[in-house]
Amino acid sequence: MKVRILVRLKPGVLDPQGRAVHHSLDSLGFEGVEDVRIGRMIEMDVADGTSDETLTKMCEKLLANMVIEDFAIEKLDGAKEPA
Amino acid sequence: MAAASNSFQAAVITFPGSNCDRDMAVAIEAVTGQPAIRVWHGDADLPAGLDFIALPGGFSYGDYLRSGAMAAKSPILRAVVAAAERGVPVLGVCNGFQVLTESGLLPGALMRNAGQRFVCKTVELNVDNTSSIFTSAFNKDERLRIPVAHHDGNYFADEATLDQLEAEERIAFRYTANPNGSRRDIAGVLSANGRVLGMMPHPERAMEPAAHAALGGADGRGLFENVFNSLIAA
Repeated sequence: MKVRILVRLKPGVLDPQGRAVHHSLDSLGFEGVEDVRIGRMIEMDVADGTSDETLTKMCEKLLANMVIEDFAIEKLDGAKEPA
Repeated sequence: MAAASNSFQAAVITFPGSNCDRDMAVAIEAVTGQPAIRVWHGDADLPAGLDFIALPGGFSYGDYLRSGAMAAKSPILRAVVAAAERGVPVLGVCNGFQVLTESGLLPGALMRNAGQRFVCKTVELNVDNTSSIFTSAFNKDERLRIPVAHHDGNYFADEATLDQLEAEERIAFRYTANPNGSRRDIAGVLSANGRVLGMMPHPERAMEPAAHAALGGADGRGLFENVFNSLIAA
């Protein structure tokens, strides 16, 4: 089973990286960019039937730092597998 | 300086990618007169009867995932956490501080510097706490000059946690000129029992006599002497 984990900074936590990228987009002439936030995507191949509870624990214990980050778990079926 | 005949056994933990472990061991030996035991990250157990554990600076596990995240889950950290819970003093410097927050021994997190750049310079610290085994020989609001060298030194915790740290006098040091965006200028944080200290600046790089100020000065030495003297006197 393919699982995609999205780890993002919590709202309100300053993202200096996102701010720098925002600045670069502005200086390249792209208009209308309101905000840029940078996160991390983790793709995993796990045993079929791995429980949501286990996936959540993986995120809380290691994949995300709960002090500063939120996470979202997305299960991918075969048709939507990334190339 | 107390006589080196007093038994004082320190350990320095080395992770793959640590690069200040030798400096830390040299600093400890310079003050205690006894070599620190060098412990490897894959070891499951610490030597028995340790008086002090140091987590050095560097880039453990290549800063994969987040700085300190992988080291915080390594086998030896379970032993370090258990030792800290028994009251064994632990000092984490730079990457060691990141490991301490990732392991949950200290609150908060260390994020990318607000200015995005790696910061490598000597900074001035204000001594906030003067009651811990690390800081009791300093005077309140004494200024120390200690080098920093980090990319992820931007201390973050939510407002409630920051208020609690201040109320419990657990902020050991603050920057007088914030180099990295740290909340409330925090450079070093103590555990609730005051026996775990994490700090971004490198006291082990400030061990030289004043005549060698270009080598980092001597202001870090007081911290190690304080730990040694506090524990030997205890």
